[in-house]
Amino acid sequence: MANKPKVPGIVKGLGITMKTAVETMFPDGLLRPPSPTRGASTVQYPHEKEEPVARARGVIALKEDNCTSCMLCARECPDWCIYIEAHKTLAPPRREGGKPRSVNALDRFDIDYSLCMYCGICVEVCPFDALFWSPEYEYSEVRIQDLLHDKSRLDEWMETVPDFEPLEAGSEVKVKKVPR
Amino acid sequence: MTQVVLHPMLGLELAYWQETIIRVLLGLVALLLLTGGVVYLYLFKFVSFMQSRLGPMEAGPYGSMQLLAEVGKWLQKEDIFTEDSDKFIFGIAPAVVLASTFLMFVVIPAGPNAVVADLGTGIYFVLAMSSLSVIGILMAGWASANKYALMGALRAGGQLIAYELPLVLAVIGVVISAGSLNLQDIVAAQSDGAIFGWTGIGNPYILTQIVGFTIFLIAVQAELTQTPFDMPIAESELVAGYQVEYTGIRFLVYFIAEFATAVAFAAIASTLFLGGWQLPGAWGISDGAMNAIGPIMISIKAVLLVGVVFWVRFSLPRFREDQLQKLAWKVLIPLALANIVVTGVMKVVF
Amino acid sequence: MTAVTDRQKLQYIAAKAADSRVNVELETEGMILNMGPQHPATHGTLRIVAKLDGEQVVAAEPIAGYMHRGYEKLTEVRTYPQITALVNRIDWLGSFANEVPFILASEQLMGIEAPPRAQWIRTLLFEMSRVANLILFLGDMGVQLGAVTPAFFAFRDREFVLDQIEAVTGGRFHPNFDRIGGLKDDLPKGWLVETKNVMNKVRSFCDEIEGLLMNAEIFATRTRGIGVIPADVAMQYGLSGANARASGIDWDLRRDAPFGFVYPELDWKVWTHPDGDSFARFWVRLQEVRESTKMIDQICDGVPGGPIMAKVPRIIKVPAGEAYVSTENPLGEMGFYVVSKGELAPFRVKIRSASFNNVSITPWLLRGVYVPDIITILASLYFILGDIDR
Repeated sequence: MANKPKVPGIVKGLGITMKTAVETMFPDGLLRPPSPTRGASTVQYPHEKEEPVARARGVIALKEDNCTSCMLCARECPDWCIYIEAHKTLAPPRREGGKPRSVNALDRFDIDYSLCMYCGICVEVCPFDALFWSPEYEYSEVRIQDLLHDKSRLDEWMETVPDFEPLEAGSEVKVKKVPR
Repeated sequence: MTQVVLHPMLGLELAYWQETIIRVLLGLVALLLLTGGVVYLYLFKFVSFMQSRLGPMEAGPYGSMQLLAEVGKWLQKEDIFTEDSDKFIFGIAPAVVLASTFLMFVVIPAGPNAVVADLGTGIYFVLAMSSLSVIGILMAGWASANKYALMGALRAGGQLIAYELPLVLAVIGVVISAGSLNLQDIVAAQSDGAIFGWTGIGNPYILTQIVGFTIFLIAVQAELTQTPFDMPIAESELVAGYQVEYTGIRFLVYFIAEFATAVAFAAIASTLFLGGWQLPGAWGISDGAMNAIGPIMISIKAVLLVGVVFWVRFSLPRFREDQLQKLAWKVLIPLALANIVVTGVMKVVF
Repeated sequence: MTAVTDRQKLQYIAAKAADSRVNVELETEGMILNMGPQHPATHGTLRIVAKLDGEQVVAAEPIAGYMHRGYEKLTEVRTYPQITALVNRIDWLGSFANEVPFILASEQLMGIEAPPRAQWIRTLLFEMSRVANLILFLGDMGVQLGAVTPAFFAFRDREFVLDQIEAVTGGRFHPNFDRIGGLKDDLPKGWLVETKNVMNKVRSFCDEIEGLLMNAEIFATRTRGIGVIPADVAMQYGLSGANARASGIDWDLRRDAPFGFVYPELDWKVWTHPDGDSFARFWVRLQEVRESTKMIDQICDGVPGGPIMAKVPRIIKVPAGEAYVSTENPLGEMGFYVVSKGELAPFRVKIRSASFNNVSITPWLLRGVYVPDIITILASLYFILGDIDR
């Protein structure tokens, strides 16, 4: 109530805010001209954009050649947002004179990003390394239907997938390679 | 009155009513420009820098047109009256608050002749007009038919009336020193005065009346319902208190009134304590030059003081209602009374 | 006042509040103030019905449930990795901390122990989620009291911590990183050094908050002596975490039951405060943030090499049994009681969330306080609606 004998606490608080204001306006010190855009902690999106980290979960990319439509990703997805349709076809035999192999060929592989919760379970359970995370995040659409990314669009995202980073010292995990 | 007056600057002959209209219009323009500038500078930019961010940057260069964009946004909103509200009083409450603000500007001098009405009881008139806003706030709170608004308005009523007294008492010290209630006389007393015989910077009352200055600023902070005294608005509890049911133009009027009152009080404080539109008389600047420099001087001083008000507003948490009242009645009023006694003694002795 | 009249009063108030849920009427004596589900002061959709006499509260009752998402029912039809992804969202600010008790309970049922490197990194991320959560509390307490600036500092410095979490897990708020048997992935190169830099920034933020908010006399007048919870009442209501420690109860699960973590190998102390008022709760959490930064520094220096994941089958079927593990989450004590019948999905998961018990003290605590003090008390108790309602 009676602030008179204990003023310093409030005054120090005022000093902290003034110091922050000065630091934001004059990031190079008081002698240089003010440069607020560099001093602030914010980024002026969309004029300047921050680079997300390599592991950021932005969008999922599909490497179609690796996919054998085993349906594991569609089954494990908590939201059931992956739609897969495939048909059996014959591929050339491995050796001369052998039987043609029957493989699955993808008809449809859609990920509905309006449902996806970006948990990464599908990427993790895929046994054939066909799904990859990409840090791209600017794919908002005007219509919800456009958030259903089909096979070709998922293939386009493969170009944005960064390489797996090297790991810290002491790690025994082998760093995998992204198939290009 | 049919008294013809020679307008000092233009050299024209104007009737009293014509001159009054010109003064009122110029006063309004100055008021709105200053308010807009203060809103942009402090509410958008300074607070942003204190919070390590930039504030509005898109509307105009460095966000300077943001206020116009905001005004446009508020103007095109739907004018909503809640079903249970008392529609007439709900509607005119903002006008009452705005009227009290505009009336305060009538006597603030910005130059040797640049004042809308040079009243003999200048400072008394200002303080009386500033209390009118309480009526507007209570009207708004009661007519809103909203418990939050009512609580905010009742808190405001108590707070604003409680802090009127330190405001008035702090000013009395200045009035005793200057010997007049007229604002132009107070300005002249400061610029022509001397500190122990040295006329270098005149005699701004901030030096001799530092206690009164501090009390005045604290009371101004409370009159404007700014943190740390913003219980009536209390954003995190009452979500705008007595203003909670207002949208559109009426909310814009409250917004303008708040900042215009801030500018008005800061202008009064700079007139009373910092020397107003005058530079020290010893510097020997002619009256003609002061016609041009005067408005600039008072604008600079007022803007600086508004800056202090906003600096404190955005740094400190708020008081609870009873702590606020205790501060007013138990600390500020006794201090102000002591200040008056000391000033009176000093004035008689020296 | 004897206990009997208190209980009678509470029953009367509960009956009246039950009426107010159905039809809100203006009582003739006093005023019923409904701080409804949408309110800036309650962190989320908590409804507090307070019966006022002027500005003083006669009785108050919290009504939760506006954010109930049916977690415990959802877990009955989800596999264990899916549940781990969902559980992030219970206490969304302390993201990683939600997964840990569930994973530990499942590991207990399976009889697997995570390798040491995984345990160290698990502890590290657990402490980082505590730091992220409590930084927001420090800023938010300022906002509830009227000082808007500390909140911006809090968000600014919290971004650094979230960036570090994102660099490891890929998600800022929902890491989904813990797995039965270890962690999903290992740390990227250079992460440990960067984390120590971030902890320096967090420490300077703590000093800033202390200077700006805690030392302001207005803060002291607003929080000292407000909402005093005696230690025995705190234990009766089941308060946990910093709320209990601020009432003088020296109980910290990190020290007393560090199952699955590496706390015994670190040099740290538990902070308590004897007062039990709102200031004490703020102070204890501020010291906890500082202590956590020191712990994180120690962990960064001491992470051993080794595998990050124990040998677990691809498709996880947890053997039948039941296990309860509770950990010292940022908000308090969070526990998962997992009952399994040997299938892909658990049979029943009961989530003991800290905020539910922390909020239960509000009817007792809010009697006789002023309306602004309601805000202070709710802010200092610090609950997250997702944690109350699940």
